[in-house]
Amino acid sequence: MLAQLVRWSRIKSPWVLHLNTGACNACDIEVLASLMPRFDLERFGVQLKGTPRHADVIICTGPVTRQTKDRIIRVYEQVPDPKFVVAVGACAMSGCVYRGMYNVIGGIDQVIPVNAYIPGCPVRPDAFIDGVVKLLGSL
Amino acid sequence: MEEFTVPIGPQHPALKEPISLRMTFDGEVVKHVDVRLGYNHRGMEKMAEERSYIQNLYLTERICGICSHSHTTCFAQGVEKLMEIEPPKRGLYIRTLVAEIERVHSHLLWLGVAGHEAGFDTFFMYTWRDREIVMDILESISGNRVHYAINTFGGVRRDISEAQKQTILDSLGLLKQRTEYYTNIGTTEPTFVARIKGVGKLSKELALSLCAVGPTVRASGIKSDVRKDDPYAVYNEIPFEVCTADTGDVFGRVVVRVNELFECYKMIEFMLKNLPVGDIVVKAPRRVKENEVVSRYEAPRGENLHYIKSNGTDKPERLKVRAPTLANYPATVEMLKGCFIADIPLIFAAIDPCICCAERMVELVNVKNGEASVVSFGDLKKLASEQYKKCGNKPEPVSIAKQLEKIRRKS
Repeated sequence: MLAQLVRWSRIKSPWVLHLNTGACNACDIEVLASLMPRFDLERFGVQLKGTPRHADVIICTGPVTRQTKDRIIRVYEQVPDPKFVVAVGACAMSGCVYRGMYNVIGGIDQVIPVNAYIPGCPVRPDAFIDGVVKLLGSL
Repeated sequence: MEEFTVPIGPQHPALKEPISLRMTFDGEVVKHVDVRLGYNHRGMEKMAEERSYIQNLYLTERICGICSHSHTTCFAQGVEKLMEIEPPKRGLYIRTLVAEIERVHSHLLWLGVAGHEAGFDTFFMYTWRDREIVMDILESISGNRVHYAINTFGGVRRDISEAQKQTILDSLGLLKQRTEYYTNIGTTEPTFVARIKGVGKLSKELALSLCAVGPTVRASGIKSDVRKDDPYAVYNEIPFEVCTADTGDVFGRVVVRVNELFECYKMIEFMLKNLPVGDIVVKAPRRVKENEVVSRYEAPRGENLHYIKSNGTDKPERLKVRAPTLANYPATVEMLKGCFIADIPLIFAAIDPCICCAERMVELVNVKNGEASVVSFGDLKKLASEQYKKCGNKPEPVSIAKQLEKIRRKS
């Protein structure tokens, strides 16, 4: 009974943290656009939060650069359990065009575990919403 | 009262992108600002040397997502000069058309963010809703919402049909109407104006001496615009005004950007109505003769500068990018000094920072004594090989300053 309630509340309103790990801004503005009136992700209870301590889902955009690596791990550790990581965009998945650059480690999964991957360069808001809904459906 | 230092960023609610600002406060007032960059540095300029020109076109597009067309146009213009080819008129018109539509999207985005930082979220939602109209136009022209990939060497990749022209003109009417409403709010709404007026002052002299660019310098009353000063593409054929304001604060920057929106609409309309007939692209050679070029472009945030050096192969020998945000950092530091803590996000947002654009430079700063040093290539090479030997294949953080000291003592 209690477990059911917890599960329901988790699916009902996941709060997200937007973490830019070295992205080119394209995915970032598309993530923001999907929270805006036209696509309105908030109807699924998704809300953007400023601090990792309030978040359930980390939305990572961009490849991991050497300087942000430690910070990603720190932010990940600050998010309370249960936590989910969504890798948004081709860079977050594999590094995309930045692959092989001296300051780029690769995709987000090189540093922290990832629950969902959303492809695209950049991700369209529709694809992003689809990804979030699929992640919620898998709970 | 004792002064204290607060680090803001790299992950901070007020900043959307990773950058670190170390501020020293005396009570509520900012005394000193230290900008730390490099969180978004990826090593693009180095990578550009290993890729062919046409591959680099897609790489430069991904320097920044908001002004992606600026970087490709700047790069393509430079390479076209090196290749000694001239794109056809229609191609140039479409290129400029996309550039101006991009400016509209970028300025609407910025207006929203400014509203958001001033605590006016309704404004944020409104502008972003209307920005979707612009995104639809861009999508209909290029097939993508953000990375348009419309440029190629010698022209553009997609043509505009008559039907598309009509839809763009129709949606422009709606956009104009909405922008008038924003002008009304942004410049007369008492609560909003009270929040942004007098915040982040930058005098005319300071703006000039610190080499600020774009709307930041134009808001301080200086008519500086690459489109007028050094016309590229077809800007010498299109009638437009350079918008300025003389207040030099965040309010002035709002006024400049809103007025620029109207200029953009005028230019888009002019270009659509006077679109010449003909080809959109000419064939470009694969190899480029040995030469060098500097290409300038007025991005939504200010002057964008690309330096390209070719060596006779199909790859550039050097690509240097100076993005507008980097040019605006010294001015931002001055603006932040003496302001209140609560104004920091607003002032910082007012230059429309684009961190990923600006992450280019290599400079080492000794934190203890504040001594900055630009490392020579030879030193850097020695340092790299020593570090490589030390930790095998896995580079680990080793104190760079200490090693540099060692190298210097030896030599």
